[in-house]
Amino acid sequence: MSIFRRLLFPLLAVLAAFVVGGILVALIGDDPIETYQLLLGSAVSWPDGIGYTLFYATPLIFTGLAVAVALRAGLLNIGAEGQLYAAAFVTAWAGITFPHLSPWLLIPLACLGAVGGGAAWGAVPGVLKARFGAHEVITTIMMNFIAVALAGYYTQYHYKKPGDPILQTVEIGTNARVARLGRYLPGLPERIPLNVGFLLALAACLGVYLFLWKTKWGYALRATGANPRAAQYGGISTGKQVVTAMAVSGGLAGMVAINEVLGYRYRYYDGFSAGYGFTGIAVALLGRNHPAGVLAAALFFGALLRGGLFVDIFTEHVSKDLVQVLQAVIILFVAAEELFRRGAGRFGGIGRLRGKV
Amino acid sequence: MRDLFRIELLFSAIRLTTPLLLAALGGLYSERSGVINIALEGLMLAGAFTAAVVTHFAGSPWVGLLAAVAAGVVVALLHAVACIRYRADQVVSGTAINILFLGMPALLSGAFFASNGATPQLAKTQLLPVAPIVLAFALVPVTWYVLYRTRFGLRLRAVGENPEAADTAGIGVARMRYLAVAISGALAAIGGAYLSTGQSSLFTRNMSAGRGFIALAALIFGKWRPVQTMLACLLFGLAEALSIQMQGVTRVPVQFIQIIPYVLTIVVLAGFIGHSRAPRALGLPYEEKR
Amino acid sequence: MTTTAPRPMLELREITKRFGGVLANDRVSLKIAPGTIHAVVGENGAGKSTAMRIAYGFYGADSGEVAIDGEVRRLASPEDAIRLGVGMVHQHFMLVDTMTVAENIVLGAEPGSPFALDLAGAEGRIRALSQDFGLAVDPRAVVETLSVGEQQRVELLKALYREARLLILDEPTAVLTPLDVAGLFKVLSRMREQGKTVVIITHKLSEVLAISDRVTVMRDGRVVGQVETRATSAAELARLMVGRDVLLRVTKGPARPRETVLAVRDLGVRSADGSPRLAGVSLVVRAGEIVGIAGVEGNGQTELVEALAGLVPRERVDGRIELAGMEITGLSARERKERGIAHIPEDRQRRGLVLDFDLAENSILGVHDRPPAVSRPRGVWLDRPAILARAARLLADFDVRPADPTLPARALSGGNQQKLVAGREMTLPPRLLLVAQPTRGVDIGAIEFLHRQLIALRDAGCAILLVSAELEEVTALADRLLVLHQGRIAGEVDPAAVSAEEIGLLMTGGQRAA
Repeated sequence: MSIFRRLLFPLLAVLAAFVVGGILVALIGDDPIETYQLLLGSAVSWPDGIGYTLFYATPLIFTGLAVAVALRAGLLNIGAEGQLYAAAFVTAWAGITFPHLSPWLLIPLACLGAVGGGAAWGAVPGVLKARFGAHEVITTIMMNFIAVALAGYYTQYHYKKPGDPILQTVEIGTNARVARLGRYLPGLPERIPLNVGFLLALAACLGVYLFLWKTKWGYALRATGANPRAAQYGGISTGKQVVTAMAVSGGLAGMVAINEVLGYRYRYYDGFSAGYGFTGIAVALLGRNHPAGVLAAALFFGALLRGGLFVDIFTEHVSKDLVQVLQAVIILFVAAEELFRRGAGRFGGIGRLRGKV
Repeated sequence: MRDLFRIELLFSAIRLTTPLLLAALGGLYSERSGVINIALEGLMLAGAFTAAVVTHFAGSPWVGLLAAVAAGVVVALLHAVACIRYRADQVVSGTAINILFLGMPALLSGAFFASNGATPQLAKTQLLPVAPIVLAFALVPVTWYVLYRTRFGLRLRAVGENPEAADTAGIGVARMRYLAVAISGALAAIGGAYLSTGQSSLFTRNMSAGRGFIALAALIFGKWRPVQTMLACLLFGLAEALSIQMQGVTRVPVQFIQIIPYVLTIVVLAGFIGHSRAPRALGLPYEEKR
Repeated sequence: MTTTAPRPMLELREITKRFGGVLANDRVSLKIAPGTIHAVVGENGAGKSTAMRIAYGFYGADSGEVAIDGEVRRLASPEDAIRLGVGMVHQHFMLVDTMTVAENIVLGAEPGSPFALDLAGAEGRIRALSQDFGLAVDPRAVVETLSVGEQQRVELLKALYREARLLILDEPTAVLTPLDVAGLFKVLSRMREQGKTVVIITHKLSEVLAISDRVTVMRDGRVVGQVETRATSAAELARLMVGRDVLLRVTKGPARPRETVLAVRDLGVRSADGSPRLAGVSLVVRAGEIVGIAGVEGNGQTELVEALAGLVPRERVDGRIELAGMEITGLSARERKERGIAHIPEDRQRRGLVLDFDLAENSILGVHDRPPAVSRPRGVWLDRPAILARAARLLADFDVRPADPTLPARALSGGNQQKLVAGREMTLPPRLLLVAQPTRGVDIGAIEFLHRQLIALRDAGCAILLVSAELEEVTALADRLLVLHQGRIAGEVDPAAVSAEEIGLLMTGGQRAA
């Protein structure tokens, strides 16, 4: 398929979602054009617009990549949310427990905690699927709730500042903090929480691309997703691929913790994720499970999240929740892509979203 | 005193079971027809919000309930059209519905009531009586009968197990699935309505708090069968009642009770206790051959 | 129903049907007299099933007419056909495994009110039908517990329950054991006695001669002959079916077998549910020879090949497999491939290829983790230029068209897909090649090409185990021929000297004379 065709359906989906959203806005009683100007226009100003957009996009890049890698292996990871919660708690734990380590040791250790925590939490549904045939969609959903509950328990009973009414841990050691980009970038104030996590996200995009398409491991993973029986025939252990894919996916989701815990909040905080794991599904689908697409889609959703704040303040009735509604409608349209295919006269075969395992 | 505590607990468990059971039975119809319904959470929220808003304006919880049912059916049909007509991945479509109803009530209540997600408090007289509880438990034998003793049930099961066989026997697969998903929307919405206009007296943001997923868990735990699903719902409802009773009373952390349904579901799915087999065509789109 | 009515029970007039660019039926006309058993024969893809599905209302014809009982009818769906007394038993049974026999039979034609199914009443009627036609099956049994033969009876009862007067059976014997086939034929005769009309779609000539009154032969979407069974012979039918002399000509010199490459002792394979599919199989394949496996499909061939290729979980395999004197029974598919076992699987689309991958990526399936796919042993990075170059060579050598390594495999025709798989496996190069149904669904030109390649590989010293349901193919290619029956080796014959009758006897479980 040409680049044009590859971009066509996602763009149509976004357009259609904006039309639906526009009608909704008009019904509520605001001007759709004005609302969309606020929503999209506020993302491009320097430094705040761009800085915050990139900051909001960072976790979405990670979760989008996470969902995309799993989908390439034929797995739908709805558990990125739980994986990033597990990772965030482990990361905070490292930062709280070893505050006196040198940053050169502590930051890598905490990052390892982020990747490892997420990977471990992701690997469990992988093992359950490979070994016992338990459907990953259901197990990852259940694991989401378990992650939040367990992290909540440890926070409440072991890592909370006594008397704090908020369910959050004490702060991590200052040695565990990763630098905000404002420190190095002239013109970008340090109050904007855009941090090294964003650079890691860009690196992760490149890494995932190389992994999937340039290594034998990626080949095995994609073969498993596209036709598991052929993969087995080719000597690939599909069970191992399922576990690998879920672990890599979980590790990527876990990297959200670097941005949120080490670069922004400096603690674990119950409910810190604004549904990043779920938005990751939208990001991956809109980005066609390709790292370049994921990056573009994450920046787009980052801009919406940023713009949502302005919609909240400057329109009469519409709130920032419009962003969530748009997100959902975009997912629906991307998933029901055949809607556009029928309209466009059905070119190409029906692209399969997921292989069967 | 001890006995009172026990009976209190039982009543509380039954009250807490009701929304779960309604949603789970709804899910049962949908999934038995072959359409995965992880949108139960979103459907409950849609029902809860609609019931609260309409009851507020109309003054009668019955009107609110009816409106909730209508909303549930409409939203469920959205899921059905995406999955059946446009062959969307059923899990992805369900996730979209769930996200949609995290945002939509907040967006609308902001516009209607200038609040950030909550609806106005309803008067005590505007709340649903015990009817939803009775309905939920009465629906268990009804569902059993429908499933195993009526033409509709036979066809529903056939469509979910082997749509091609049903198709060649002259049964409209898509039609059956639309119907089943619509029923699931109605029931989940009633469950939601009970949350906002029965158990409490207003809608708050994300007030279902994962109950749709627990209902789904109960459905799987109950092996897609009505009576077992009810028992699973009762178990999960009891767990919730316990965790509420124990708050501040004992030193056992509530989180450990809260995760019971999720852990049990994983255990069952992995086949550690008994085997739970899904309808064979669950999640697979079907294109009628004719 | 009267059997003396002069009007045909079913008549197709000038039926034409296209699927995309393929002309499946080209002005097909045929008449089927009431109270007879009528066979429709032809090779795969001749258009037999399409024509009969049009008669059943499953497909609409692009042009032409269907007449039932002499009256032209518009059949918009199977329901219309069912109402007119037409029933069809599909090649793949249309049964809901988890439901009972009675539930399956009444599905779509339920007795009683919509709100209270009358299953007890239905069971009574089913028992009566079973009696009338000799179709013994318990209406309360759950379908998934039944044997294949019993499931077919359920399908027949389904049609009879709907009062079908014309029953169309699509390849009814493909999955049956010889015993079940005999039983089925008895039932069909009984139906004819009771005034029913039966159409069987098949490509097995012996069955046609055994059971039918009249035969319609189809080839390339057209009817090429209608004859009385009494007045014809297998040879004549075969000539009509294929349109030329039937014997496949393969030119090959005598085999010069050398050392033993594959030695199998007492191999047994169980299916996932524990039932034995293969038992006590011992065989040897030497370098430089082709050992053929003949047999009715479903008698353990698939299990044999998959077990040798390492695709059956270890715990379901018994016995011992040796490659060049070394035991490999416990090795994975990958380890076997590394030791020189290549495999052309029977289902290239589901096993042999990743249809969404391009041809270059497909050309390294199974060898993606070693040079030249990666630049050095244990390397991690795929060497795309080397892969492309090798793929281009492969496509040229094996005449795969179009020869563009960046096309997805999905874009190739069946014959070209098969050449790609064959090329990949044959150029490993293998010590042992497992080949299953190498020419299924492949055009004539590609068949000859693949046969020549197999002979060349043999002459180069490769050991080849060939499984084919096409008897002519195995007898023509094999140097030694083993016959599988119900998971066991029923006998070994010399393919150059054996008669078709003798193989047929072995294939159906009869004893061998000498």
